[in-house]
Amino acid sequence: MTVSTRPEPITGAAAPTGVTPGFRKNRKSNREGFKVNWWLTALMLVASLTVLLPLYFTVAMALKSPDQIGTGTGLAWPNPMNWENFAAAYVATNFPRAFMSTAFVTVLSVLGSLACSSLVAYAIARNWNHTFFRGSFVYLLSAMFIPFPVIILPLIKQTALLGLDNPAGVVFLHVLGGISFNTLLYIAFVRSIPVELEESARMDGATTWQVFRRIIFPLLAPMNATVGIFAFLGSWNDFLLPQMMIADPALQTLPVVQMLFQGEFNTNYSLAFASYLMAMAPTLVVYILAQRWVLSGVMRGAVK
Amino acid sequence: MTTTSRVAQTARPAEGKTPASASTGTGAFRSKSKIDPTYYWMVAPVLALFAFFITLPALVGVFFSLTNYAGYGDWKFIGLMNYVNIFKDPAVLQSYIFTFVFALTTTVVVNVVALAIALGLNAKIKWRTGIRTVFFIPMVLSALIVSFVFNYLFSNTLPVLAERFGMTPLATSILANENLAWIAIVVVTVWQAAPGATIIYLAGLQSVPSEVYEAADLDGAGSFRQFLSLTLPLILGYLVINVILGFKGFLGTYEIIVGLTGGGPGMATQSVAMRIFSGFTGGDYSYQMANAVIYFLITLLISVIQLRLIQRRGVSL
Repeated sequence: MTVSTRPEPITGAAAPTGVTPGFRKNRKSNREGFKVNWWLTALMLVASLTVLLPLYFTVAMALKSPDQIGTGTGLAWPNPMNWENFAAAYVATNFPRAFMSTAFVTVLSVLGSLACSSLVAYAIARNWNHTFFRGSFVYLLSAMFIPFPVIILPLIKQTALLGLDNPAGVVFLHVLGGISFNTLLYIAFVRSIPVELEESARMDGATTWQVFRRIIFPLLAPMNATVGIFAFLGSWNDFLLPQMMIADPALQTLPVVQMLFQGEFNTNYSLAFASYLMAMAPTLVVYILAQRWVLSGVMRGAVK
Repeated sequence: MTTTSRVAQTARPAEGKTPASASTGTGAFRSKSKIDPTYYWMVAPVLALFAFFITLPALVGVFFSLTNYAGYGDWKFIGLMNYVNIFKDPAVLQSYIFTFVFALTTTVVVNVVALAIALGLNAKIKWRTGIRTVFFIPMVLSALIVSFVFNYLFSNTLPVLAERFGMTPLATSILANENLAWIAIVVVTVWQAAPGATIIYLAGLQSVPSEVYEAADLDGAGSFRQFLSLTLPLILGYLVINVILGFKGFLGTYEIIVGLTGGGPGMATQSVAMRIFSGFTGGDYSYQMANAVIYFLITLLISVIQLRLIQRRGVSL
């Protein structure tokens, strides 16, 4: 797929009615007359401080000693910087354990979401005129209308009974909770793949599984990216399900550990902020490095 | 790119075709309509898990809402007593009022902010990619951790600054103020939710053909006028989606409140979701399940309105 610098113009996304392109003039004229609006640029730069300032503040706080925090605003840059806060927070929160737990939940949720939703979407899209598959689609979509607070209490009891009150149980719920939306995304995409592609492979004796693995799944790549990004962010940052489901605090994920940590050391802010920063860093780094890719993926999901 | 609406459209003719082809059935036709069992294996495990982990708890919840189950020990049927009591409970009523006022306010602010950012990013600005990167950062961060950071800003930084500039009303933490704490929650929710809405608006703005603006330029319409009479009507479908998705999401708000106020001061900022979750430890399990069922019915009503509006506008989601 193409990764463009600017968000790709999305056509036909919603086709707002009433736009008759009667006035068809030279499309380039707009581009030729491209004049940078400096006032607006300045305004946008100032506005972006609303995002940057809290982040700067988090970094500044994470590098301060308790004395430097004192009673000030917390906005001043610390001098000297206290890098040892990170080491202390690393030990105090048992960061590697929480990180591994979060990574376990996230990796399995992403893989599970990709595999389950794409399989289901393929089977449904290719057998749309059969009641069973169309019924399954409607049934899975019903989850979009059930808010989580409604099922959470019985769900926790149920998972506890089954011994799934651990990260593995959270994985199940992350995959199943996202399945309606993900299947919806995939089905539209599977429909755009011509059936003829599969038929020629079947002529050569490929089974349905092989067709899916060798032909369909690779073609779904752009949608895999979108579903993968949503699953990654949703799983890594989720607080509600791990907090409610995971019984053993030692197996808790990063956001919940911040919560527990907050209660234990609520006066040691430098340690707390160092810990926040370490918990935020993975998604932040991935986002900054793969920024175009992430945004185009999310954009593809947004217009569905 | 439409999903549901196209799905529905293609469904109709296919529906009509199946019985016809089966009755006239030549051998070739019949073998084509016979389904490879593999397809069933692709769907069945997921369906089973889905029924077990999503549908079953929902039904169990409805069942227990008709009992006096405390979360442990014995229970018996008490009919609709829980529901009757909920309507008489001022604490529950207060959580609904708070949640609705919060969700409405946040929806309005998020959409105004997101539309403004989207218009800015879509305009002829310098360093567009970089600025865009910055604006979408909140999307990838944990809402809870963001709330912890803002918690410090609201309870320490802001009062110190206010005192320095002589704004005494803000010299105490607004999180400790029963009447102002909810504003802090709105601010953080907007910070966190605006990028998602901005993306949808950007998609909308890019679907507007540039010819439309050229025509308006020739007619001498100013940029504000262009926004009101051209842009806004053309992206109305996206606005509807954002408003409804946002409103539904904000009704279930939880993490940000946990990180900022924990529902306090007192119970001033306790959302419906927080109340329902309290049934887990509070000994009023069945009562909160009844509350959850009512909450479900309300969100269902909003979903129905959503589908109506979207169908009418021909916008699909």
